[in-house]
This record gives sequence, C-alpha cells and structure tokens, in this order.
Amino acid sequence: MRRIVLWLMSTLTVLVLLFGHSTSTSSRLPAGAESSAVAPVSSATGSTSGSTSGSTTTYTGDSAPTRWGPVQVEITVSDGRVTDVSVVEYPHENGKDQQINARALPVLVQETLDAQSADIDMVSGATVTSDGYVESLQSALDQAGL
Amino acid sequence: MTPPPPTRYVEHVMGMPISLALRGRHTDDASARTAWAAAMAVLQEADRVFSTYRENSCVSRLRRGEVGLEDCPAEVAEVLALGETAERESAGAFSVWLPGPDGRPVLDPSGVVKGWAAERAADHLKALPETDFCLSAGGDVTCATADPDGQPWRIGVEDPADPRRVLAVFPVLSGAVATSGTAHRGAHLVDARTGRAPDGVASVTVVAGSLTWADVDATAAYAHGPEAAHWLESRPGRSGLVVWADGTTSVVQPVLP
Repeated sequence: MRRIVLWLMSTLTVLVLLFGHSTSTSSRLPAGAESSAVAPVSSATGSTSGSTSGSTTTYTGDSAPTRWGPVQVEITVSDGRVTDVSVVEYPHENGKDQQINARALPVLVQETLDAQSADIDMVSGATVTSDGYVESLQSALDQAGL
Repeated sequence: MTPPPPTRYVEHVMGMPISLALRGRHTDDASARTAWAAAMAVLQEADRVFSTYRENSCVSRLRRGEVGLEDCPAEVAEVLALGETAERESAGAFSVWLPGPDGRPVLDPSGVVKGWAAERAADHLKALPETDFCLSAGGDVTCATADPDGQPWRIGVEDPADPRRVLAVFPVLSGAVATSGTAHRGAHLVDARTGRAPDGVASVTVVAGSLTWADVDATAAYAHGPEAAHWLESRPGRSGLVVWADGTTSVVQPVLP
C-alpha cells in the first residue's frame, strides 16, 4: 500500500509538472505543489497494470483525458524509489503529431538520474567545451557506445 | 528484442565535442563514415569562417573593419540575417551585436553559428537511407528517425545544478533540442539590451523543428531572465523546459494551431 501511495504521489508530481505550466501563467511550480492541477489526473490512478522483476516494478497508469488530449504515464519503482518515468501516450490531434518534433514534452524525473538510469541517447545542456568534455555526461554516454 | 545500442562517433571542433549516434542500416560502413566526415567538414569550415578566436577568420576581419560583408562568403550574410530576425523576434534580448567592454556593440555571431552549422552538418546524416541519427554539437542536439513511427531518441536535459545528472528527458523522433545556461562556462550569456547576465534563470531548453531556431530561442529565452517561460510561450511551435535559479521548473507547452 505504501508503495502505491508513493506511486500515486509520483504520478501526480509528473503530471503536475507536465501540465502545471499551462498556457497563460508562468508561475513557478515546485514539484507536486498545486493541488488544483491534480483533479483531471485522478482518473489516471483508478486502475493500474504493473509488471514486476526483482524489487523493480513498472506501473502504467490509465490514459487520462486532459485539455490537451490523452496522457498516459508509466513509472518504474525500485526499492520504494521512483527510478524512471516515461509518458507512453501524448496529447495529439492527429497521427502525424507524433513525428512533429516541436510537440515533444519533457518528462521530469522526480530525482535526478545518472545517464545509465535515465536511458538516454544524448545530453542537451549548456555548451560543453572540449576541456570539460572528459568530465561530462555526454562523454560517459559516448564511451559506453564506443 | 532489445535493439542494438547506437554506434557512436566523437570529434572536436570549435573547441567543443561533436557526438554522433547512428542506428539502422548505415552505422559503421563506408557510407556512414563518409557522411560523418562530410558533417565534420561543414563544422570545420564554419569554424574557419566564423570563429571570433581565429585572428584571420572572415568574421574577425569584419570586426576589425579590414573587409566588408561582400568580401566574406555568402554564409556570413545568411547568418547575420538570421541574427537580425532573432533580434527582432526577441525584442532585442538576443543580438549578434553584443555590448563590448567600452559599451559599444561588437559583432559576435556565435549565438547563431553553432546551431546553424550543426543543422547544415546534419544534412549529410539525413541523406543516409534507412538510418536514424542523433548529432550533438556541444550540447545542442538534432536528430531524426528514418521511420516516422520509429523509436524516439531520448534526449536528456542536464541538471544545471549538477551537470552530471539528468533532470528531464525529451523523447524526439525528428527535431532539435538546444539548451542555454551557464553550467559549464560561467556567466557568458547576457541580455543584449543591457549587457548583463539575466537573473533568476539557470537554464532554458527548447525543442523546435530546426536546431538553428532551437538554439537561438534558448539563448533569447534565457536572456529574458524571469520572463523566460513567458517569452517562450509566445513562440509558435516551440516547447521547452525552464529551470529557475532556485531549482524549480516550468514546462512550456507548444502552442497548438
């Protein structure tokens, strides 16, 4: 039960972050803050499907209707901590939207992750110089694949 | 079945690392290596023409008044025109004319050149049939998948408070992701209107169709300081993530048509 509660909170955090900054305001949202943004999300937590391997569990929420379209979130919990979050369904008004780059929404992770846990291909960040490269996250990624 | 990890290439130009990931049909054959060499040649040529660190680059000579715009390659006029458009659309927060030490404006097209050059370099990678690519020029990323319903590239956004950690992930099929911030180089980004570093914002990440505009908009939004998210919202078709100096974040939704 504790794990489910944790998961609920995490899911809400993610969706609040996804939709907290809507279109008209630019209020600064600390993670999981605004309860008002939670309302449209609650249906996403009604039922879940989960898969477990070892102490790591992946939960997939229901698809939740939002004013931007349906959203479905999947999170991975390992030893009681959220280790990954991904959005499996995005708002889109037609099939082509998936390929329109500018529609990409960020998925914020509750705790920052290292490159391996985040399962990323590239890093976008403030300009890395050649001098600083050896120490960079991108360098770790490149070495893993070289 | 888990697909094989992408094949990766790294080289350095313009004082920054260029990283490439390829997956699909041409990842490690002659076509792939030829495309990578052609992409790097584009960046090396851009460095030769635009570098403000090279005394003999066309832009350096232009700055010193030794040559006119008509004496430089046509690409210089193209980049300066992009800079003018960006200045107009950012209400002056972005400019290729930055206040120098004596307050007088000095030509510095670097804010446009990196994204613009990387996008041109990527044209050579786009030409690889049935191949997905993801190219990063010092943290500004452009990628594409051959199959529009394929597996998106996962672009991590570094945490400005700890650049070895990832704060968010953008899944991108085809498009560009650029971030402006001061994590690696100190306070080098300024509001072109004041010449001072903006307050309140730690980094701005922008997703757009072209890397030229993702890069320009990230810099322009950053220069807007506390208004970064507001300004980015006004840009058609952009989405993004603003990380504030206090560690909180704002997600900017794309404006739907």
